[in-house]
Amino acid sequence: MNNQSPLMSVKDLTTRFHTEDGTVFAVNGISYDLFEGETIAVVGESGCGKSVHALSIMRLIPTPPGEIVRGEVTFQGRDLLKLPRDAMRHVRGTEIAMIFQDPMTSLNPVFTIGYQIAEPLREHLNMSKKAAEERVVELLDMVGISDAAERVKSYPHEFSGGMRQRAMIAMALSCMPKLLIADEPTTALDVTIQAQIVELVKRLRAELNMSIIWITHDLGIVAGLAERILVMYAGYIVETAPVKELYANPSHPYTLGLLRSLPRVDKGRAAGRRLIPIAGLPPDQIDPTNACPFAPRCQFAVERCLSENPSLKSIGPRHQIACWVNVHEAAPEVVR
Amino acid sequence: MSDNQTIMEVNNLKMYFPITRGVFKRTVGWTQAVDDVSFRIKKGETLGLVGESGCGKTTLGRAILQLHKPTAGTVKFEGEELTTLPRRDLRERTSRMQIIFQDPFSSLNPRMTVGAIVREPLVIHGVANGEERRRVVEELLERVGLNAQFANRFPHEFSGGQRQRIGIARALALNPTFIVADEPITSLDVSIQAQIVNLMEDLQDELGLTYLFITHDLSMVRHICDRVAVMYLGKIVELSGVEALYNNAMHPYTQSLLSAIPVPDPVVEETRQRIILEGDVPSPANPPAGCNFCTRCPKVMERCFHAEPELKELAPDHSVACFVAEESWQKASMQKEV
Ligand SMILES: Nc1ncnc2c1ncn2[C@@H]1O[C@H](COP(=O)(O)OP(=O)(O)OP(=O)(O)O)[C@@H](O)[C@H]1O
Ligand SMILES: Nc1ncnc2c1ncn2[C@@H]1O[C@H](COP(=O)(O)OP(=O)(O)OP(=O)(O)O)[C@@H](O)[C@H]1O
Ligand SMILES: [Mg+2]
Ligand SMILES: [Mg+2]
Repeated sequence: MNNQSPLMSVKDLTTRFHTEDGTVFAVNGISYDLFEGETIAVVGESGCGKSVHALSIMRLIPTPPGEIVRGEVTFQGRDLLKLPRDAMRHVRGTEIAMIFQDPMTSLNPVFTIGYQIAEPLREHLNMSKKAAEERVVELLDMVGISDAAERVKSYPHEFSGGMRQRAMIAMALSCMPKLLIADEPTTALDVTIQAQIVELVKRLRAELNMSIIWITHDLGIVAGLAERILVMYAGYIVETAPVKELYANPSHPYTLGLLRSLPRVDKGRAAGRRLIPIAGLPPDQIDPTNACPFAPRCQFAVERCLSENPSLKSIGPRHQIACWVNVHEAAPEVVR
Repeated sequence: MSDNQTIMEVNNLKMYFPITRGVFKRTVGWTQAVDDVSFRIKKGETLGLVGESGCGKTTLGRAILQLHKPTAGTVKFEGEELTTLPRRDLRERTSRMQIIFQDPFSSLNPRMTVGAIVREPLVIHGVANGEERRRVVEELLERVGLNAQFANRFPHEFSGGQRQRIGIARALALNPTFIVADEPITSLDVSIQAQIVNLMEDLQDELGLTYLFITHDLSMVRHICDRVAVMYLGKIVELSGVEALYNNAMHPYTQSLLSAIPVPDPVVEETRQRIILEGDVPSPANPPAGCNFCTRCPKVMERCFHAEPELKELAPDHSVACFVAEESWQKASMQKEV
């Protein structure tokens, strides 16, 4: 996987919002490569820039107030940020698809599910009405909606939350994209439905050889789904590693904090075990200082963290962190 | 039946909402949000109430607190029957029962200062006055980890976690013994969830509180609860001590629910077996005949389509409403006798 060139290469992507309260530094120069067939997860808490990063790649940032200040998104040899509007629209319809957190906001209530999935097929792939309709039934069938031939006539409100999310996936996959960006696609769903969707995506990924960017705040769900994890904080990637390495050897104090604050369903409460929260709150990202954005909440912070924001550096094979401190040396008892 | 270990005893509780049509609001059916539920909560324990969206958790919590007038059944709190109490006495009695809401953003009045919000229950119940009240409010804020100076600020100036602390301070104002916490951490960030859970555990230790902890986060339940009730479509399908539930779930619904929860460990995830349920939860306005779970149950038998299983205690402090579980339990106990 590593010896080929990446499907997509994000370089120094920087997006800001100019608001009444000041400039929000939403995404601050993030860079990463995504390979063909690879699934990466972008994790982090609310407001850390996960969605803005995805919307920037898709060129869906509302401007104003938003602005992609600089960066490159090289997708199959072209910089998406420099493409003309029409060409970008075509990329969105055929090569990159996105599923949004709330399916109700992206499904139009006045059209049938079938019509909405058929639309892009006819527009981008020039399919005939009949061919598109047949394809829609196939797609709904593929995402596990029983009685698909009948169900195409349903309106979004007649579907349950899980069915709507599956319809969204069918729509996203209709043009066989090379890349699927899923922005918290299961957050609003119950665990049993979430498990259905995750199994579905795993199966389709294998069938279609897609790359996936899965955005979530749930370190549980991506443990069994992603090959590599990017941890974001305050618009920066603060740690990235292959999935097993990240969970076995978390090395940024924020990642460590996230993992330690989680209860685990496979482990009972050992005598007296308390959850270990991260103190304080995430920053508001308006006109930030030069300090490491995590420093005010970090139990390991040293003098330097308050004056200089660290950039990503390698600490192992494909494992990078943005931190001045070596937590394994500073506090082996915490890391275990 | 009640003893002094029991703080809350609920028997055959039903909460149906009418479905109406037309200008005359003719009742054409009933949403059976809570359908014949019985359980007890012991003093000082945390009972978890779990289940999927729409299964009736919030409705059950509200019906217990008499925020809904139950359709049928009894609710005995600290030895006293609440469903037949006159309104006036009810208000006094229910000051010892409080609720913490899921959404710290909409549950606080945006036009009131934090101090006024926390003070309000004291005013309503005529507890303390003037200077004394101010001191109580300051103590409450400090108790939940907020600065007493915050009393003069407004809710919008605070983060989600801080607002949830304000809601907890308010709930504690009248020295309650019993608190229904309705998804108190669901809308909070992971790193903040742990802060609130630890606070709730500390308050329980200090004040001897009893919690009904409503959630769909089964990982958190295992951490915080002593016993767990699993709901499905208006009914309790399994009720047991927390370790027994996680180590030996007997109801097929509980089994699939537990298997569906992701574990933040890729090595564990690699080998985990999932029981993926087909389809969706049926509507509580039109529950299936027989067992409510029969439409999705991977172990369904002929009998499940016709008869409704009752909640039965199959092991000490472990009750299940399922014919399949009952049968395998009978087989197991017969083998023991042989
Ligand atoms: N249209 C906008 N105008 C102004 N600020 C915005 C806008 N969209 C996003 N932001 C800000 O950009 C930052 C990053 O937001 P983003 O939506 O990417 O967060 P996120 O990581 O996706 O969070 P969540 O988990 O809540 O979805 C936040 O501070 C947010 O307030
Ligand atoms: N005031 C009401 N009037 C009519 N129907 C109601 C009312 N409150 C709840 N219901 C219905 O009762 C059922 C149970 O709802 P409830 O809110 O108790 O579920 P829940 O388990 O708390 O779900 P969630 O996890 O989504 O909060 C649902 O079908 C709901 O639509
Ligand atoms: Mg987002
Ligand atoms: Mg609820």
